[in-house]
Amino acid sequence: MAILGSGPAGFYTAYKVMQGIHEAKVDMYEHQPVPFGLVRYGVAPDHPEVKNCQDKFTEVASSPDFTFIGNIKVGQDVSLKSLAIHYDAVVFAYGASMDRKLGIPGEDQLKGIYSARDFVGWYNGLPAFSNLAPQLDLSDTAVVIGQGNVALDVARILLKDVDSLRTTDMTDQALATLAKSKVKRVRVVGRRGPMQVSFTIKEVRELMKLPSVAFEPIDQNLIPPDIPSLPRTAKRLTKLLMEGSMCDMAHAEKSWALDFLLSPIQFLSADGTILSQIEFARTKLVGSDPFESTASVEISADHHSIPTSLAFRSIGYQSEALPGMSGLGIHFDTKRGIITNDYYGRLLSPTHEVHVGRPLPGMYCAGWVKRGPAGVIANTMEDSFATAEAIIADWNDKAPFLGGGNGWETLEGEIAVKGARTVSWEDWLRIDAAEKARGKAVGKERVKFTHPHEMLNILD
Amino acid sequence: MVTLHVTFIDKDGAEHSFEVAAGDNLMDIAQAEDLEMEGACGGSCACSTCHVIVDDPDKYDAMPEPSDDENDMLDLAFGLTETSRLGCQVKMAKEIDGVKIRLPSMTRNLQAADFKGAKKS
Repeated sequence: MAILGSGPAGFYTAYKVMQGIHEAKVDMYEHQPVPFGLVRYGVAPDHPEVKNCQDKFTEVASSPDFTFIGNIKVGQDVSLKSLAIHYDAVVFAYGASMDRKLGIPGEDQLKGIYSARDFVGWYNGLPAFSNLAPQLDLSDTAVVIGQGNVALDVARILLKDVDSLRTTDMTDQALATLAKSKVKRVRVVGRRGPMQVSFTIKEVRELMKLPSVAFEPIDQNLIPPDIPSLPRTAKRLTKLLMEGSMCDMAHAEKSWALDFLLSPIQFLSADGTILSQIEFARTKLVGSDPFESTASVEISADHHSIPTSLAFRSIGYQSEALPGMSGLGIHFDTKRGIITNDYYGRLLSPTHEVHVGRPLPGMYCAGWVKRGPAGVIANTMEDSFATAEAIIADWNDKAPFLGGGNGWETLEGEIAVKGARTVSWEDWLRIDAAEKARGKAVGKERVKFTHPHEMLNILD
Repeated sequence: MVTLHVTFIDKDGAEHSFEVAAGDNLMDIAQAEDLEMEGACGGSCACSTCHVIVDDPDKYDAMPEPSDDENDMLDLAFGLTETSRLGCQVKMAKEIDGVKIRLPSMTRNLQAADFKGAKKS
């Protein structure tokens, strides 16, 4: 079985399939030189416990039936078609590599506007963003557009005392930039109301407990009148939002706020180069129950502007198709941003409705590319276990699979990989050890390499 | 040292009983005995994958209440009940000797509705 992607989706699928099919051999392909996907590059540096899942992944990878092939771009270094012929099954678990855009004037032209995804990648050492150079000293107010957990991560990193981040695996470059930040206020802006937010309570509680950081009280009118009657999750979150922060505004050095019912219309600049304000249209909750989590809004003609020279777009990630997919009959649903599948994880040919569709033999998906870029690691674990169960059931039922072969053993010899050097699991362990040794020297868990050539230099 | 007893009821309804020591947490016990319980964050109250259901409400009440942090994680657990806990946060003690713990299924029959308008994170 080939698995494309080495994040939680790939590893949890590998784990369960290898447990359920004793003769299973797994080759895991990853386009970065290093494994773990968003666990390495998305989870915030001050949330190290969330990264403990890597221990399970390492255990899976240590099996003699598991082979890791890093630093290879499937669809580019090797075509999907020439990969698939060497396997019984291919699992697409490559997540969401792109950013959803607002598509409003000024978004691409003005300085001071960043994708939250790029900013998170930058402080986590993702090589593609090492030159991001965000300017955090132009404005004492930062605006984050979007109300999910990534938006709260950005807010928290901007509000935390930089010294509290120095023991984490955040890059030195990011620490130096944050040390020069002038940001004192962060506004996290959403299109809908507090009952429709996407973030979860743990992340809110963390912000409410930050020393010397106050939360601006929210408008009571946006809260349902009978909080105790709400379902558990909504009730606890709403109560916490009403209770607010431990630190009050009078004693606060910094503050944050949740601004609701605002839809961004355009980014404006006084000098034509640097962002100076964001113009929003006020929205109104409509429908039978405005406090329902799925309630929608309509845009009003009323406008509201927030002056700022630092904005982060955090409205979600987006997956894309791999080159060669359509040649294999795989349908990437660009509207929903997922590979068309039967919800268990079997890829479906596009000409049929989901429930009566014909699965494509041997083709599966797991994680965000299967169900959309939403949810925490626990959701992806559950989802990947479902894909694994489908694979195991199909194998035991002798359902049709792909032709089969010897995987990477054969493929490695076949492909002419000009100048690319693939990374084995043993290679990763050496890179890992080098990062940890650098960290130990300065009292951190690790100091990440931020350029692929640095990683490959360790090996060669 | 006092020996305590715990029984796990797996997702197929089979019972597995063990002798344990006070202070052992349910996640460590289940994993040591190769029962089907995940613990993605390694027992640090940073995920919901060791979610268990305490079978007897009286035994649930005899346990110290979950902290805000544990409740925050339980909010995300699938199939949450009135007597749900995170296995990594429940330590065996003589007050809950003999407790029966149900292990919820990690996967479920996924329906199309799970994918429409799913809550994003």
